[in-house]
Amino acid sequence: MAKILKMVAQRLALGLLTLFAVSLIIFLGVELLPGDFAQEILGQSATPETVAAFRRELGLDLPWYTRYFDWLGGIFHGDFGKSFASDREVSELIGGRLLNTLFLAAVAAVISVPIAVALGVLAALYRNTLFDRTINVFTLTSISFPDFFVAYILILFLSVSWNIFPSISNVSSDLGFWEHVYRVILPALTLTLVIIAHMMRMTRASIINLLASPYIEMAMLKGISRSRIVTHHALPNALAPIINVIVINLAFLVVGVVVVEVVFVYPGLGQLLVDSVAKRDMPVVQASCLIFAATYILLNLTADVLSKLTNPRLLHPK
Amino acid sequence: MREIERYRGLLAAGRMTRRDFVQRAMALGATTALATSMAGGALAATPKKGGTLRLGIGHGSTSDTLDMAATTDLYMQVVGNAGYNYLTEVSNAGKLTPELAESWDVSPDAKVWTFKLRKGVEFHNGKTMDSGDVIASINHHLGEDSKSAAKAILDPIAEVKADGKDTVVFTMKTGNADFPFILSDYHVAIMPAKDGKLIDPRSGIGTGGYTIENFEPGVRTTLKRNPNYWKADRAHVDSAEVLVIQDTTARTNALTTGEIDAMDKVDLKTAHLLGRSKKVRLEEVSGTQHFTFAMRTDTAPFTDNHVRLALKYAIDREALVKTILLGHGVIGNDHPIGRSNQYHADDLPQRAYDPDKAKFHLKEAGLSTLKVDLSAADAAFAGAVDAAVLYKEHAAKAGININVVREPNDGYWSNVWLKKPFCAVYWGGRPTEDWMFSTAYADGVPWNDTYWKHDRFNKILVEARGELDGSKRRGMYHEMQKIVSDEGGVVVPMFANYVMGLSNKVAHDKLGANWAMDGFRAIERWWFA
Amino acid sequence: MARIWKLLKSAPPTALFGLIVIVAYILIAIFGPILTPYGESEIVGTQFIPRGEQGFILGTDNLGRDMLTRLIYGARNTIGIAFVTTCLAFLIGGVLGLMATTLGGWVDQLLGRLVDVLMAIPILIFALLILTITGTSVPVLILVIAVLDSTRVFRLARAVSMNIVVLDFVEAARLRGEGTSWIITREILPNALPPLVAEFGLRFCFVFLFISALSFLGLGIQPPTADWGSMVRDNATLITYGEITPLMPAAAIALLTVGVNFVVDWFLHKTSGIRDDK
Repeated sequence: MAKILKMVAQRLALGLLTLFAVSLIIFLGVELLPGDFAQEILGQSATPETVAAFRRELGLDLPWYTRYFDWLGGIFHGDFGKSFASDREVSELIGGRLLNTLFLAAVAAVISVPIAVALGVLAALYRNTLFDRTINVFTLTSISFPDFFVAYILILFLSVSWNIFPSISNVSSDLGFWEHVYRVILPALTLTLVIIAHMMRMTRASIINLLASPYIEMAMLKGISRSRIVTHHALPNALAPIINVIVINLAFLVVGVVVVEVVFVYPGLGQLLVDSVAKRDMPVVQASCLIFAATYILLNLTADVLSKLTNPRLLHPK
Repeated sequence: MREIERYRGLLAAGRMTRRDFVQRAMALGATTALATSMAGGALAATPKKGGTLRLGIGHGSTSDTLDMAATTDLYMQVVGNAGYNYLTEVSNAGKLTPELAESWDVSPDAKVWTFKLRKGVEFHNGKTMDSGDVIASINHHLGEDSKSAAKAILDPIAEVKADGKDTVVFTMKTGNADFPFILSDYHVAIMPAKDGKLIDPRSGIGTGGYTIENFEPGVRTTLKRNPNYWKADRAHVDSAEVLVIQDTTARTNALTTGEIDAMDKVDLKTAHLLGRSKKVRLEEVSGTQHFTFAMRTDTAPFTDNHVRLALKYAIDREALVKTILLGHGVIGNDHPIGRSNQYHADDLPQRAYDPDKAKFHLKEAGLSTLKVDLSAADAAFAGAVDAAVLYKEHAAKAGININVVREPNDGYWSNVWLKKPFCAVYWGGRPTEDWMFSTAYADGVPWNDTYWKHDRFNKILVEARGELDGSKRRGMYHEMQKIVSDEGGVVVPMFANYVMGLSNKVAHDKLGANWAMDGFRAIERWWFA
Repeated sequence: MARIWKLLKSAPPTALFGLIVIVAYILIAIFGPILTPYGESEIVGTQFIPRGEQGFILGTDNLGRDMLTRLIYGARNTIGIAFVTTCLAFLIGGVLGLMATTLGGWVDQLLGRLVDVLMAIPILIFALLILTITGTSVPVLILVIAVLDSTRVFRLARAVSMNIVVLDFVEAARLRGEGTSWIITREILPNALPPLVAEFGLRFCFVFLFISALSFLGLGIQPPTADWGSMVRDNATLITYGEITPLMPAAAIALLTVGVNFVVDWFLHKTSGIRDDK
């Protein structure tokens, strides 16, 4: 246990370093983009005087390193700054969006993870049967369609033709829980189709891999039923890679859903980030990127800890 | 046209469907745009109260603010025109009408404008509107620290002062016959002030027909009818919801599934398919919105007018309207004044695609062939890259080699426009000739994207601005359109219609053509039939 | 030759199907210009001619270009770009990953941290930043996607080879005094290959999807170049009206994905030596 705690502490420290590096890269990246906030916000109506007035007010006329370290100093005091565009606190601006993103990710995960693992186990159990092949072709086809296209097809059937679900996820904070779930079903289903193949294939592969190991053969010789072998002997030992791939996909559900948010007009963090990059709204870009990076780092750490906990051999290397 | 009037009567009486009406009107020779707008006019008869109007708008971003000085996209323009009022308004017929100003007067030299304000109009916060509010609202855009996008158009104001509580006097730097038009600009909203300063330009508090209940930048705004609204014949729906739906497909789906009642920017490629739906209809108006290819006349080879003329003759305008706008627009004549403008030069001969004339002008310029780069991105206008590719094909027949450079959408207006020698540009157009010309064609103005300088043009521009006699102005503006068309640095291939999708439940009067969504006024003008 | 024939005969039907698909795609890609009646971006008729009319088997698109021609040229561009990108990603990621484990120490630490940072940045945002700065020419697009993808390959290569370097035969090679490159190519690579190949199959297909997602944000391949990802995007609205036009490029991607992964499954099966006869 102490070893795990030590590892967690070590990884968290490294994570902070990573966050620092990420913030610097993003800052420089946005800095290198042509144009700045003052120009982008004024667009076609930018005149030299108005641009200069904007820059003076926001401090954009200062050199980049001064602005970066000002921002960094603020972070250490828990101050993420104010959005250039709306003059609102970044934390306030991002809070609601982050909740929306996490909510969608949670609904998608609740639907997709059990289905993926169950299908994976079944496919392993009945491998090379028609069932296995059908599942395989279906999931491969679903991941080879771009996510916006999967979304359009779902909308065509479930919304336009049969009118079961709303075609846009028009959510607001005054909705009840189930109403909220109802409105995010279509984006959640889209995400499910996008990620399910990866998880299902990994589950199937890991279990099949284990079925070849001697102790499983021993169990088979003992006459234990196949389904019992898979669920009681193979699955627990295959957990590490399965957890790993699940966690990677959870990270995707939080970080990689910009396109789905756009298609369903869902006010999540991804769309906010893309918008803010386009407008060069640095404080919002930085804060959103840090949240995404932190999500990724924490989920990765969780995956590693869980892998170690489920596989003690990794805890005590020779 | 008597036949059409008969049909209009049938339509208004509900004895003919809208679809039938449009088809018959077109059979009688009306264009699609005309037929649909006539249908709208016929249905206008009886506005009803009530309902929630939900609009899906294809623009908007998290940087949106309720401060109209910083507004650039349709989302805030539509919201702003529901929450705020202006001193003047461009009516759906394209005429300037009084709004918060009751009437106005001008000195003979067109320099001093006196506006009488409407009395007893209340802001949403209960304050009564007076000259102090108007002056603070104007000053919000002026001064050295102003970040307002309207700073340039209000720059001709030398002084603005109150004459009592209900009168405001503007003194201009030079005579300006169209000044009241400028006060209808969507930036110049009237907001409440205290001690000569606006209380909060981002509060959303105005005198408009709707109060802003909840505003989320780039996402959604909900509005509720202002019970004290001073206009009796406007603001029919009880409440409104404006949703930002950037993805065209999502917007179309939301309309067909009834999630929204109207959308802007119909995808032209699939407009004919949307038009088939029984529950929705297409509406379009042709106004001042136009697309251009701007040549920098200060950069070789565009310094030579023969080169510019060669390029003007080397584009097939009809093909562009057909392919890029799919017929939802009209061809341009290399000047920025639209047919709906008061002083549009109808008698100016239409320039046609003529590779031989293009070759002739190339020869006059001392060239046998010409190779130019044309910068385009879909940020310039939808289909700009395709339009450039078509232009390239047309020009090739005249011995001109246009190399299409696709620029990134991101940063197009700061890095390509006004920088590259030849690029695609979008103009929303302006309600008056003077406004349009002095925005983009006068010598030395910041948006003169052709860097064009023409002494005669600049001279008449100033003269016409100070001229109050309509027929003299007509002559002047005609001459200016001819000069731009023959000697300017701009190719204006087409004027694009505003194409909207509406649920059949929504009704309206004739649609305003000055801006998208009924001159931004959909919320206060439309109702549920 | 005879060996190949024997191998093919022993292949399951799914793998054969996959092979046929891949070979057909490659042939179409190579002989595209001969097969197509028109040029890649040639405007040959009016817009939206329906399928089968006026001699256009698949109709024409929004500018009046022949859909079939675009689809065939799309095979060239799409497969070419995806293949080069994936190879580059595996070259960078694979070599660095194997080096990290073989050399260990600070090299491993440095590369590991670098990849951590790159992976912590949302991939689409990173691509958006870089492509906006550099512009979206094909070489830049390939390079950017390859580098971003190589981080995933690096992690896999490192994880797989971790378990191999501690094995006895690698130790033995070290004691014999073999060089690092010799150990990597002769001892580690052959044993780490199967999981890497499996990953190659999926990564290859993800490149199409990534280009497609980029074109959704307006950063895809420059028109008038035809590629399937952008073609799906350009015609996507039509699906709402039940028109199958956008399904054609999407189906082209899907068929290739299924085909490639069938072959990969078969390869895995052969190399892992799992008894699968029951």
